[in-house]
Amino acid sequence: MNLTSTLFAQLVVFFILAWFTMNFVWPPIVKALDERARKVAEGLEAAERGKHDLELATRRSVEALREGKEKSAELLAQAEKRAAQIIEEAKAQAKIEADRVIAGAKAEIEQESLRAREILRDQVAALAVAGAEQILRREIDAKAHDDLLHTLKREL
Amino acid sequence: MATEAGPTASEYIVHHLTHLNTTGAAQKNIVDFGVFNLDSLFYSVGLGLFTVFLLYRAAQKATSGVPGRFQAAVEILVEMVSNQAKGIIHREESRRFVAPLALTVFVWIFLMNAMDLLPVDLLPRIWEAIYGAAGGDPHHAYQRVVPTADLNVTLGLSIGVLLICLWYNVKIKGFGGWVHELFSAPFGKHPLLAPINFLMQIIEFAAKTISHGMRLFGNMYAGELVFMLIALMGGAWVAGSGISGPLLWIGHVLAGTIWAIFHILIITLQAFIFMMLTLVYIGQAHESH
Repeated sequence: MNLTSTLFAQLVVFFILAWFTMNFVWPPIVKALDERARKVAEGLEAAERGKHDLELATRRSVEALREGKEKSAELLAQAEKRAAQIIEEAKAQAKIEADRVIAGAKAEIEQESLRAREILRDQVAALAVAGAEQILRREIDAKAHDDLLHTLKREL
Repeated sequence: MATEAGPTASEYIVHHLTHLNTTGAAQKNIVDFGVFNLDSLFYSVGLGLFTVFLLYRAAQKATSGVPGRFQAAVEILVEMVSNQAKGIIHREESRRFVAPLALTVFVWIFLMNAMDLLPVDLLPRIWEAIYGAAGGDPHHAYQRVVPTADLNVTLGLSIGVLLICLWYNVKIKGFGGWVHELFSAPFGKHPLLAPINFLMQIIEFAAKTISHGMRLFGNMYAGELVFMLIALMGGAWVAGSGISGPLLWIGHVLAGTIWAIFHILIITLQAFIFMMLTLVYIGQAHESH
Protein backbone atom coordinates (compact mmCIF):
# COMPACT_ATOMS: atom_id res chain seq x y z
CA MET A 1 0.00 0.00 0.00
CA ASN A 2 2.32 2.62 -1.30
CA LEU A 3 1.17 5.91 -2.69
CA THR A 4 2.34 6.86 -6.13
CA SER A 5 1.31 9.07 -8.99
CA THR A 6 -0.96 6.26 -10.09
CA LEU A 7 -3.40 8.08 -7.87
CA PHE A 8 -3.48 11.16 -10.09
CA ALA A 9 -3.70 9.17 -13.25
CA GLN A 10 -6.62 7.31 -11.76
CA LEU A 11 -8.25 10.61 -10.85
CA VAL A 12 -8.04 11.82 -14.42
CA VAL A 13 -9.32 8.55 -15.84
CA PHE A 14 -12.20 8.66 -13.40
CA PHE A 15 -13.35 12.05 -14.61
CA ILE A 16 -12.97 11.14 -18.26
CA LEU A 17 -15.09 8.03 -17.81
CA ALA A 18 -17.72 9.91 -15.84
CA TRP A 19 -17.83 12.59 -18.53
CA PHE A 20 -18.18 9.99 -21.25
CA THR A 21 -20.99 8.22 -19.46
CA MET A 22 -22.77 11.46 -18.82
CA ASN A 23 -22.68 12.48 -22.45
CA PHE A 24 -22.97 9.30 -24.45
CA VAL A 25 -24.39 6.56 -22.25
CA TRP A 26 -26.88 7.95 -19.80
CA PRO A 27 -29.07 10.18 -22.00
CA PRO A 28 -30.02 7.61 -24.69
CA ILE A 29 -30.77 4.89 -22.14
CA VAL A 30 -32.84 7.15 -19.95
CA LYS A 31 -34.62 8.45 -23.02
CA ALA A 32 -35.44 4.93 -24.16
CA LEU A 33 -36.66 4.05 -20.69
CA ASP A 34 -38.89 7.09 -20.47
CA GLU A 35 -40.19 6.42 -23.95
CA ARG A 36 -40.97 2.83 -23.06
CA ALA A 37 -42.65 3.87 -19.84
CA ARG A 38 -44.82 6.21 -21.89
CA LYS A 39 -45.62 3.48 -24.41
CA VAL A 40 -46.50 1.01 -21.70
CA ALA A 41 -48.71 3.58 -20.05
CA GLU A 42 -50.41 4.25 -23.36
CA GLY A 43 -50.81 0.55 -24.01
CA LEU A 44 -52.34 0.00 -20.62
CA GLU A 45 -54.67 2.88 -21.18
CA ALA A 46 -55.66 1.53 -24.59
CA ALA A 47 -56.26 -1.89 -23.09
CA GLU A 48 -58.41 -0.35 -20.41
CA ARG A 49 -60.32 1.56 -23.04
CA GLY A 50 -60.72 -1.60 -25.12
CA LYS A 51 -62.04 -3.46 -22.12
CA HIS A 52 -64.48 -0.69 -21.45
CA ASP A 53 -65.58 -0.66 -25.10
CA LEU A 54 -66.01 -4.41 -25.07
CA GLU A 55 -68.17 -4.15 -22.00
CA LEU A 56 -70.27 -1.49 -23.63
CA ALA A 57 -70.59 -3.52 -26.82
CA THR A 58 -71.56 -6.61 -24.86
CA ARG A 59 -74.18 -4.67 -23.03
CA ARG A 60 -75.42 -3.21 -26.30
CA SER A 61 -75.56 -6.60 -28.00
CA VAL A 62 -77.49 -8.09 -25.09
CA GLU A 63 -79.85 -5.17 -25.30
CA ALA A 64 -80.25 -5.60 -29.07
CA LEU A 65 -80.86 -9.31 -28.67
CA ARG A 66 -83.50 -8.72 -26.05
CA GLU A 67 -85.10 -6.06 -28.19
CA GLY A 68 -85.08 -8.37 -31.21
CA LYS A 69 -86.68 -11.13 -29.25
CA GLU A 70 -89.31 -8.80 -27.98
CA LYS A 71 -90.00 -7.49 -31.41
CA SER A 72 -90.25 -10.93 -32.94
CA ALA A 73 -92.62 -12.05 -30.21
CA GLU A 74 -94.68 -8.98 -30.79
CA LEU A 75 -94.69 -9.58 -34.53
CA LEU A 76 -95.69 -13.15 -34.00
CA ALA A 77 -98.57 -12.13 -31.79
CA GLN A 78 -99.59 -9.53 -34.29
CA ALA A 79 -99.46 -12.02 -37.13
CA GLU A 80 -101.54 -14.48 -35.19
CA LYS A 81 -104.07 -11.83 -34.42
CA ARG A 82 -104.11 -10.78 -38.04
CA ALA A 83 -104.56 -14.35 -39.21
CA ALA A 84 -107.47 -14.82 -36.86
CA GLN A 85 -108.91 -11.58 -38.07
CA ILE A 86 -108.52 -12.62 -41.71
CA ILE A 87 -110.19 -15.95 -41.01
CA GLU A 88 -112.96 -14.16 -39.19
CA GLU A 89 -113.36 -11.72 -42.06
CA ALA A 90 -113.37 -14.53 -44.62
CA LYS A 91 -116.01 -16.35 -42.65
CA ALA A 92 -118.18 -13.25 -42.51
CA GLN A 93 -117.66 -12.64 -46.21
CA ALA A 94 -118.55 -16.21 -47.04
CA LYS A 95 -121.69 -15.99 -44.95
CA ILE A 96 -122.73 -12.83 -46.68
CA GLU A 97 -122.04 -14.39 -50.05
CA ALA A 98 -123.94 -17.51 -49.17
CA ASP A 99 -126.87 -15.49 -47.93
CA ARG A 100 -126.81 -13.52 -51.10
CA VAL A 101 -126.71 -16.63 -53.24
CA ILE A 102 -129.52 -18.17 -51.24
CA ALA A 103 -131.60 -15.05 -51.53
CA GLY A 104 -130.99 -14.93 -55.31
CA ALA A 105 -131.99 -18.53 -55.61
CA LYS A 106 -135.10 -17.99 -53.55
CA ALA A 107 -136.11 -15.03 -55.68
CA GLU A 108 -135.49 -17.01 -58.80
CA ILE A 109 -137.52 -19.88 -57.48
CA GLU A 110 -140.29 -17.47 -56.62
CA GLN A 111 -140.18 -15.96 -60.07
CA GLU A 112 -140.05 -19.34 -61.67
CA SER A 113 -143.03 -20.51 -59.74
CA LEU A 114 -144.90 -17.35 -60.63
CA ARG A 115 -144.18 -17.88 -64.24
CA ALA A 116 -145.13 -21.51 -64.05
CA ARG A 117 -148.38 -20.53 -62.41
CA GLU A 118 -148.98 -17.98 -65.22
CA ILE A 119 -148.34 -20.61 -67.87
CA LEU A 120 -150.45 -23.06 -65.99
CA ARG A 121 -153.25 -20.50 -65.79
CA ASP A 122 -152.96 -19.84 -69.53
CA GLN A 123 -153.00 -23.49 -70.28
CA VAL A 124 -155.93 -24.16 -67.93
CA ALA A 125 -157.76 -21.27 -69.59
CA ALA A 126 -156.92 -22.63 -73.02
CA LEU A 127 -157.96 -26.03 -71.91
CA ALA A 128 -161.20 -24.67 -70.47
CA VAL A 129 -161.87 -22.73 -73.66
CA ALA A 130 -160.97 -25.77 -75.70
CA GLY A 131 -163.30 -27.82 -73.54
CA ALA A 132 -165.97 -25.21 -73.80
CA GLU A 133 -165.38 -24.96 -77.55
CA GLN A 134 -165.84 -28.63 -77.83
CA ILE A 135 -168.99 -28.43 -75.83
CA LEU A 136 -170.35 -25.24 -77.49
CA ARG A 137 -169.18 -25.93 -81.02
CA ARG A 138 -172.28 -27.38 -81.72
CA GLU A 139 -174.36 -24.51 -80.46
CA ILE A 140 -172.28 -21.33 -80.29
CA ASP A 141 -170.27 -19.33 -82.74
CA ALA A 142 -166.79 -18.69 -81.27
CA LYS A 143 -166.69 -15.25 -82.70
CA ALA A 144 -169.95 -14.22 -81.15
CA HIS A 145 -168.91 -15.19 -77.76
CA ASP A 146 -165.30 -13.88 -77.85
CA ASP A 147 -165.97 -11.12 -75.33
CA LEU A 148 -167.45 -13.52 -72.98
CA LEU A 149 -164.54 -15.87 -73.24
CA HIS A 150 -162.02 -13.07 -72.62
CA THR A 151 -163.82 -12.02 -69.50
CA LEU A 152 -163.79 -15.55 -68.34
CA LYS A 153 -160.08 -15.90 -68.98
CA ARG A 154 -159.31 -12.78 -66.94
CA GLU A 155 -161.29 -13.95 -64.01
CA LEU A 156 -159.52 -17.28 -63.92
CA MET B 1 5.63 -20.66 -8.14
CA ALA B 2 6.31 -23.68 -5.90
CA THR B 3 7.38 -26.03 -8.64
CA GLU B 4 11.13 -26.32 -9.13
CA ALA B 5 13.35 -24.45 -6.76
CA GLY B 6 10.24 -22.50 -5.88
CA PRO B 7 10.08 -19.49 -3.65
CA THR B 8 9.08 -19.75 -0.03
CA ALA B 9 5.57 -18.85 1.03
CA SER B 10 6.52 -15.35 2.08
CA GLU B 11 8.49 -14.78 -1.11
CA TYR B 12 5.47 -15.90 -3.11
CA ILE B 13 3.19 -13.48 -1.29
CA VAL B 14 5.61 -10.58 -1.52
CA HIS B 15 6.11 -11.25 -5.19
CA HIS B 16 2.39 -11.18 -5.77
CA LEU B 17 1.94 -8.00 -3.80
CA THR B 18 4.57 -6.06 -5.71
CA HIS B 19 3.40 -3.76 -8.44
CA LEU B 20 4.80 -3.55 -11.89
CA ASN B 21 5.86 0.07 -11.78
CA THR B 22 7.93 2.52 -13.72
CA THR B 23 11.02 1.88 -11.58
CA GLY B 24 11.07 -1.81 -12.42
CA ALA B 25 11.62 -2.77 -8.80
CA ALA B 26 9.66 -2.85 -5.59
CA GLN B 27 8.90 0.61 -4.27
CA LYS B 28 11.08 1.64 -1.33
CA ASN B 29 9.27 4.62 0.13
CA ILE B 30 5.71 4.61 1.39
CA VAL B 31 4.92 7.70 -0.68
CA ASP B 32 6.73 8.25 -3.92
CA PHE B 33 5.01 10.35 -6.51
CA GLY B 34 7.74 9.70 -9.04
CA VAL B 35 6.34 6.25 -9.58
CA PHE B 36 3.45 4.93 -11.68
CA ASN B 37 2.00 1.49 -11.10
CA LEU B 38 1.74 0.28 -14.66
CA ASP B 39 -0.29 -2.82 -13.87
CA SER B 40 -2.96 -0.93 -11.93
CA LEU B 41 -3.14 1.70 -14.64
CA PHE B 42 -3.33 -0.88 -17.39
CA TYR B 43 -6.10 -2.89 -15.80
CA SER B 44 -8.10 0.04 -14.47
CA VAL B 45 -7.94 2.01 -17.71
CA GLY B 46 -8.61 -1.13 -19.72
CA LEU B 47 -11.60 -2.05 -17.61
CA GLY B 48 -12.77 1.57 -17.61
CA LEU B 49 -12.73 1.58 -21.39
CA PHE B 50 -14.50 -1.77 -21.38
CA THR B 51 -17.12 -0.31 -19.03
CA VAL B 52 -17.89 2.68 -21.19
CA PHE B 53 -17.73 0.51 -24.30
CA LEU B 54 -20.35 -1.85 -22.88
CA LEU B 55 -22.57 0.97 -21.71
CA TYR B 56 -22.07 2.84 -24.96
CA ARG B 57 -23.12 -0.18 -26.98
CA ALA B 58 -26.22 -0.54 -24.85
CA ALA B 59 -26.95 3.15 -25.26
CA GLN B 60 -26.51 3.00 -29.03
CA LYS B 61 -28.95 0.16 -29.38
CA ALA B 62 -31.35 1.38 -26.74
CA THR B 63 -34.88 1.34 -28.09
CA SER B 64 -38.14 2.00 -26.40
CA GLY B 65 -39.49 -1.22 -27.87
CA VAL B 66 -39.03 -4.67 -26.45
CA PRO B 67 -35.50 -4.76 -25.01
CA GLY B 68 -33.04 -7.59 -25.54
CA ARG B 69 -31.40 -9.25 -22.57
CA PHE B 70 -28.31 -7.08 -22.70
CA GLN B 71 -30.30 -3.89 -22.95
CA ALA B 72 -32.60 -5.01 -20.16
CA ALA B 73 -29.60 -5.76 -17.94
CA VAL B 74 -28.12 -2.32 -18.53
CA GLU B 75 -31.53 -0.78 -18.01
CA ILE B 76 -31.87 -2.52 -14.66
CA LEU B 77 -28.55 -0.96 -13.65
CA VAL B 78 -29.54 2.45 -14.92
CA GLU B 79 -32.89 2.32 -13.15
CA MET B 80 -31.24 1.18 -9.94
CA VAL B 81 -28.67 3.97 -10.00
CA SER B 82 -31.25 6.50 -11.13
CA ASN B 83 -33.61 5.62 -8.29
CA GLN B 84 -30.85 5.79 -5.71
CA ALA B 85 -29.71 9.14 -7.08
CA LYS B 86 -33.26 10.48 -6.99
CA GLY B 87 -33.60 9.43 -3.37
CA ILE B 88 -30.38 11.07 -2.28
CA ILE B 89 -29.80 14.10 -4.50
CA HIS B 90 -32.83 16.27 -4.88
CA ARG B 91 -31.40 18.76 -7.35
CA GLU B 92 -32.34 17.64 -10.84
CA GLU B 93 -29.53 19.52 -12.54
CA SER B 94 -26.89 17.89 -10.35
CA ARG B 95 -28.34 14.46 -10.99
CA ARG B 96 -27.70 14.90 -14.68
CA PHE B 97 -24.00 14.61 -13.93
CA VAL B 98 -23.95 12.66 -10.69
CA ALA B 99 -26.22 9.79 -11.71
CA PRO B 100 -24.14 8.82 -14.77
CA LEU B 101 -21.05 9.22 -12.62
CA ALA B 102 -22.48 6.80 -10.09
CA LEU B 103 -23.32 4.34 -12.83
CA THR B 104 -19.78 4.48 -14.18
CA VAL B 105 -18.37 4.08 -10.69
CA PHE B 106 -20.54 1.06 -9.99
CA VAL B 107 -19.86 -0.84 -13.19
CA TRP B 108 -16.19 0.09 -13.30
CA ILE B 109 -15.47 -0.88 -9.69
CA PHE B 110 -17.47 -4.05 -10.09
CA LEU B 111 -15.35 -5.07 -13.06
CA MET B 112 -12.10 -4.12 -11.31
CA ASN B 113 -13.17 -6.11 -8.26
CA ALA B 114 -14.14 -9.02 -10.47
CA MET B 115 -10.49 -9.36 -11.53
CA ASP B 116 -10.10 -10.97 -8.12
CA LEU B 117 -12.07 -13.98 -9.34
CA LEU B 118 -9.46 -14.87 -11.95
CA PRO B 119 -6.98 -17.46 -10.68
CA VAL B 120 -4.34 -15.53 -8.75
CA ASP B 121 -1.48 -16.94 -10.78
CA LEU B 122 -3.03 -16.80 -14.24
CA LEU B 123 -2.18 -13.31 -15.45
CA PRO B 124 1.08 -12.99 -13.44
CA ARG B 125 2.27 -16.28 -14.94
CA ILE B 126 1.47 -15.12 -18.47
CA TRP B 127 3.29 -11.88 -17.76
CA GLU B 128 6.28 -13.81 -16.39
CA ALA B 129 6.40 -15.81 -19.61
CA ILE B 130 6.23 -12.67 -21.74
CA TYR B 131 8.74 -10.85 -19.60
CA GLY B 132 11.07 -13.85 -19.59
CA ALA B 133 10.74 -14.25 -23.35
CA ALA B 134 11.61 -10.57 -23.73
CA GLY B 135 14.85 -11.24 -21.90
CA GLY B 136 13.84 -10.07 -18.45
CA ASP B 137 14.31 -11.85 -15.17
CA PRO B 138 11.05 -13.74 -14.42
CA HIS B 139 11.63 -13.19 -10.71
CA HIS B 140 11.18 -9.50 -11.29
CA ALA B 141 8.12 -9.87 -13.48
CA TYR B 142 5.68 -8.28 -11.10
CA GLN B 143 2.01 -8.09 -11.83
CA ARG B 144 -1.04 -7.28 -9.74
CA VAL B 145 -4.29 -7.72 -11.58
CA VAL B 146 -6.85 -6.29 -9.14
CA PRO B 147 -6.70 -2.51 -9.53
CA THR B 148 -8.98 -1.91 -6.55
CA ALA B 149 -6.50 -3.75 -4.33
CA ASP B 150 -4.15 -0.85 -5.05
CA LEU B 151 -4.64 2.02 -2.64
CA ASN B 152 -3.74 4.51 -5.37
CA VAL B 153 -6.71 3.48 -7.44
CA THR B 154 -9.27 3.61 -4.66
CA LEU B 155 -7.91 6.83 -3.19
CA GLY B 156 -7.81 8.31 -6.67
CA LEU B 157 -11.50 7.56 -6.98
CA SER B 158 -12.39 8.84 -3.53
CA ILE B 159 -10.39 12.05 -4.05
CA GLY B 160 -12.28 12.47 -7.29
CA VAL B 161 -15.49 12.25 -5.29
CA LEU B 162 -14.07 14.76 -2.81
CA LEU B 163 -13.35 17.22 -5.61
CA ILE B 164 -16.90 16.87 -6.87
CA CYS B 165 -18.18 17.44 -3.33
CA LEU B 166 -16.11 20.63 -3.03
CA TRP B 167 -17.33 21.78 -6.42
CA TYR B 168 -20.95 21.34 -5.45
CA ASN B 169 -20.38 22.95 -2.07
CA VAL B 170 -19.19 26.07 -3.84
CA LYS B 171 -21.77 25.84 -6.59
CA ILE B 172 -24.78 25.43 -4.31
CA LYS B 173 -23.82 27.65 -1.40
CA GLY B 174 -21.58 30.11 -3.19
CA PHE B 175 -17.95 30.44 -2.21
CA GLY B 176 -18.76 32.84 0.62
CA GLY B 177 -21.57 30.69 1.88
CA TRP B 178 -19.39 27.64 1.91
CA VAL B 179 -16.57 29.36 3.77
CA HIS B 180 -19.13 30.67 6.21
CA GLU B 181 -20.38 27.16 6.73
CA LEU B 182 -16.83 25.86 7.23
CA PHE B 183 -16.43 28.18 10.21
CA SER B 184 -19.94 28.10 11.63
CA ALA B 185 -20.95 24.45 11.45
CA PRO B 186 -21.34 22.09 13.22
CA PHE B 187 -21.11 23.91 16.58
CA GLY B 188 -22.68 27.21 15.68
CA LYS B 189 -21.68 30.79 15.01
CA HIS B 190 -19.26 32.12 17.57
CA PRO B 191 -15.80 33.64 17.05
CA LEU B 192 -14.34 31.29 19.66
CA LEU B 193 -15.90 28.24 18.04
CA ALA B 194 -14.75 29.13 14.54
CA PRO B 195 -11.38 27.34 14.69
CA ILE B 196 -12.95 24.25 16.20
CA ASN B 197 -15.65 24.24 13.57
CA PHE B 198 -13.08 24.57 10.81
CA LEU B 199 -10.99 21.78 12.28
CA MET B 200 -14.05 19.53 12.50
CA GLN B 201 -14.96 20.26 8.90
CA ILE B 202 -11.47 19.47 7.66
CA ILE B 203 -11.42 16.26 9.66
CA GLU B 204 -14.82 15.35 8.28
CA PHE B 205 -13.73 15.84 4.67
CA ALA B 206 -10.49 13.96 5.22
CA ALA B 207 -12.16 11.12 7.09
CA LYS B 208 -14.87 10.74 4.48
CA THR B 209 -12.41 10.63 1.62
CA ILE B 210 -9.88 8.34 3.24
CA SER B 211 -12.45 5.92 4.63
CA HIS B 212 -14.19 5.91 1.27
CA GLY B 213 -11.04 4.80 -0.53
CA MET B 214 -9.67 2.64 2.27
CA ARG B 215 -12.87 0.62 2.66
CA LEU B 216 -12.77 -0.61 -0.90
CA PHE B 217 -9.03 -1.09 -0.88
CA GLY B 218 -9.10 -3.01 2.40
CA ASN B 219 -11.80 -5.40 1.26
CA MET B 220 -10.17 -6.14 -2.05
CA TYR B 221 -6.66 -6.38 -0.64
CA ALA B 222 -7.81 -8.81 2.03
CA GLY B 223 -9.74 -10.83 -0.51
CA GLU B 224 -6.74 -11.04 -2.78
CA LEU B 225 -4.54 -12.10 0.10
CA VAL B 226 -6.91 -14.90 1.06
CA PHE B 227 -6.88 -16.14 -2.53
CA MET B 228 -3.07 -16.18 -2.37
CA LEU B 229 -3.09 -18.15 0.88
CA ILE B 230 -5.50 -20.67 -0.64
CA ALA B 231 -3.23 -20.95 -3.66
CA LEU B 232 -0.28 -21.51 -1.33
CA MET B 233 -2.14 -24.30 0.42
CA GLY B 234 -2.82 -25.98 -2.89
CA GLY B 235 0.73 -25.40 -4.03
CA ALA B 236 2.03 -27.13 -0.91
CA TRP B 237 0.58 -30.48 -1.93
CA VAL B 238 3.63 -31.22 -4.07
CA ALA B 239 5.79 -30.93 -1.00
CA GLY B 240 3.32 -32.79 1.22
CA SER B 241 4.07 -36.40 2.07
CA GLY B 242 1.63 -39.32 2.21
CA ILE B 243 -1.99 -38.41 2.66
CA SER B 244 -1.43 -34.74 3.42
CA GLY B 245 -0.67 -33.86 -0.21
CA PRO B 246 -4.02 -34.85 -1.75
CA LEU B 247 -5.82 -33.46 1.28
CA LEU B 248 -4.19 -30.09 0.75
CA TRP B 249 -5.21 -30.20 -2.88
CA ILE B 250 -8.82 -30.97 -1.93
CA GLY B 251 -8.59 -28.20 0.67
CA HIS B 252 -7.54 -25.78 -2.06
CA VAL B 253 -10.50 -26.73 -4.21
CA LEU B 254 -12.96 -26.48 -1.34
CA ALA B 255 -11.64 -23.26 0.16
CA GLY B 256 -11.13 -21.68 -3.24
CA THR B 257 -14.69 -22.47 -4.28
CA ILE B 258 -16.21 -21.23 -1.06
CA TRP B 259 -14.16 -18.05 -0.98
CA ALA B 260 -14.78 -17.29 -4.64
CA ILE B 261 -18.54 -17.71 -4.22
CA PHE B 262 -18.47 -15.53 -1.14
CA HIS B 263 -16.33 -13.06 -3.01
CA ILE B 264 -19.01 -12.61 -5.68
CA LEU B 265 -21.09 -11.06 -2.92
CA ILE B 266 -18.21 -8.93 -1.67
CA ILE B 267 -17.21 -7.47 -5.03
CA THR B 268 -20.81 -6.54 -5.82
CA LEU B 269 -21.44 -5.20 -2.36
CA GLN B 270 -18.25 -3.13 -2.31
CA ALA B 271 -19.00 -1.65 -5.73
CA PHE B 272 -22.50 -0.83 -4.53
CA ILE B 273 -21.26 0.69 -1.27
CA PHE B 274 -18.74 2.83 -3.10
CA MET B 275 -21.42 4.08 -5.44
CA MET B 276 -23.87 4.76 -2.63
CA LEU B 277 -21.30 6.65 -0.60
CA THR B 278 -20.41 8.68 -3.68
CA LEU B 279 -24.05 9.69 -3.96
CA VAL B 280 -24.39 10.32 -0.22
CA TYR B 281 -21.29 12.52 -0.01
CA ILE B 282 -22.32 14.53 -3.05
CA GLY B 283 -25.81 14.76 -1.61
CA GLN B 284 -24.36 16.12 1.64
CA ALA B 285 -22.55 18.78 -0.35
CA HIS B 286 -25.98 20.04 -1.43
CA GLU B 287 -27.29 20.45 2.10
CA SER B 288 -26.60 23.35 4.36
CA HIS B 289 -25.77 22.58 7.95
